[in-house]
Amino acid sequence: MLILDTFLIGLSSGAIYALMALALVLVWRSTRVVNFAQAGQAILSTYIGYEVMNRTHNYWVSVPFAIVAGAAIAAFVDAVLMRALEKRSHKGSVSEIAPVIATLGLLGLIRSLTGMIWGNAYLQYTSPASGKGYEISHHTIPFSPQNLIIVIGALVVMGVFAAVFKFTNLGLALRASSFQPEISRLAGIRVDRIRTIGWAFAGAAGAVAGALVTPTTYLSPNSLDLLLVSGFVAAVIGGLDSLIGAVLGGLILGVGFAFILQYIGTSVTFSAAFFILIIVLFLRPRGILGSKIGRRDA
Amino acid sequence: MRKSKSLSALIFFAIGLFLLGLSNFVDELRAYQGAQVGIYVIAISSIILLTGFSGQISLGHGALMAIGGYSAVLSYNHWHFPMLLAFTFGAAVAALAGFILGMAAARLSGPYLAGTTLALAVGLPSLANQFHILGGEQGLSFDIGEAPKWIADKTGGDFTQYKWFFWISVTCTLFTMWFIKNLLQSRFGRTWRAIRGNSSAAALSGINIGRSKVLAFTVSSALAGLAGALLAMILGLVAPMAFTLTLSFTLVTGAVLAGVSNLGGSIVGALVLVVIPEITDAVATHLGGSEKISANLPGLITSVLLILTVIFAPNGPQLHKRNKSGKAKTQ
Repeated sequence: MLILDTFLIGLSSGAIYALMALALVLVWRSTRVVNFAQAGQAILSTYIGYEVMNRTHNYWVSVPFAIVAGAAIAAFVDAVLMRALEKRSHKGSVSEIAPVIATLGLLGLIRSLTGMIWGNAYLQYTSPASGKGYEISHHTIPFSPQNLIIVIGALVVMGVFAAVFKFTNLGLALRASSFQPEISRLAGIRVDRIRTIGWAFAGAAGAVAGALVTPTTYLSPNSLDLLLVSGFVAAVIGGLDSLIGAVLGGLILGVGFAFILQYIGTSVTFSAAFFILIIVLFLRPRGILGSKIGRRDA
Repeated sequence: MRKSKSLSALIFFAIGLFLLGLSNFVDELRAYQGAQVGIYVIAISSIILLTGFSGQISLGHGALMAIGGYSAVLSYNHWHFPMLLAFTFGAAVAALAGFILGMAAARLSGPYLAGTTLALAVGLPSLANQFHILGGEQGLSFDIGEAPKWIADKTGGDFTQYKWFFWISVTCTLFTMWFIKNLLQSRFGRTWRAIRGNSSAAALSGINIGRSKVLAFTVSSALAGLAGALLAMILGLVAPMAFTLTLSFTLVTGAVLAGVSNLGGSIVGALVLVVIPEITDAVATHLGGSEKISANLPGLITSVLLILTVIFAPNGPQLHKRNKSGKAKTQ
């Protein structure tokens, strides 16, 4: 019974990690940048959701606002920051790490901005769904309506993504331009514009993650730091350039964390992410579904 | 060659004497900030060594500083190591951690290394809550005591605690800069530069790239550990709150502002990091801003500076200029 309970805890946190991993993987595929600012973008969109909820007193109304905001922020980041960076990409030791540093700077910028506007105090962004577990034959399982919403929300996002990528022209263009940008350009795809749309999808996924997870904790300028790290680890487990891998990686990590939490202790969860990452990179650096080349130096 | 070396040693010595003498003419706060600058110089140099000269990135140097700080404090409090030995011990333990991390790092390229070190920076400080000996959130106190009597007597009585911090910090900083400068001129420095220039060519010339990268990571970690021990000294304690993710980011910012392949720039980077909060504080009080503003203004400005630098002068302000003038000459 305990094992099943632990699994259920892992399921909902894994769904959140999967969303964050999806956001990172989408950007990585098209731009070859791990977007560390994703945590900041998600925080900003969640604060916007929080503001909308304060005005309307309705969580369900605020979530779409947060998602649209997340998509818009991401598109803006790509169109302004990433393009400026590429235009001026210099040779030298720094050019390889310049995008990483730029996204870090952006993370810092958004953190300070949100801190200035809303303060560093912990805010409550609550959903109407109860956090009390369902009861099945006199046993309260650690799975509440809130967890159910998280899992359903994540499934909806994944379903929409899968449909867009598989069945629409836009999805085909997105896949083609991240796979072979030069050839896609020759084939008449506006690669730059498509890439910005890809970033918008990533931003939306991150915004959903932020809007879903925040009601279970609190909202502050750095409350999503751990989610960023978990999302990254999940993405690496999945191979960093596979969308399905990101989802699987998220679930594996969520369930893995839940078991560590249950059987070892709460305070190791932060460092567990690091050790899991190291183990994955040593044993199977290309992840479970990643392509062969990538993370090792040639 | 030998002549120029002894000359530069003399210059370092003179700068040291000048700075130590200067401490007689400044107030407590400035002495404290001077000590802070010294610590940042060491920490930023460690990142410059790693990123600028061996081409690896680390977002986790805050965690390595924590390792150095905790090791120094534990050895000082529990085993009663003398102060200097405690600092060395902190650096050595951080070097060991860096060696292990470097083994993993040498196999990883840009984004993977960045993510792994980021995970370390987020994860490691929380270990303090796991082990009782590390003192949890409150951390451990670290009191190195006042300056030895003979120094205080020689300089005329009034030798305050912060001045003593400043002396230690300056001495360590100069020693570190001297060490790095020589290291970069040695065989190892040449090897790193060769790898940075063209790793395939370097490998073909018989350089073991992996080993060389691990060495760079180890040395860099040792320096970060020393900086962590010094930080613990001026704070008077080690606690998870002192070694946050923000610290790691701050160091990267400082290194980028310094120009990541320019060792002397670390002084500029360190000054900027110490001066910006000072200026923004003044601005915020002048404008009568709330606590929200004053607490976040330094972060805002350093972040904007970081983004602008990386877009407009990714190799650092100085080198950018040098490249431009170099081009003009060849044309």
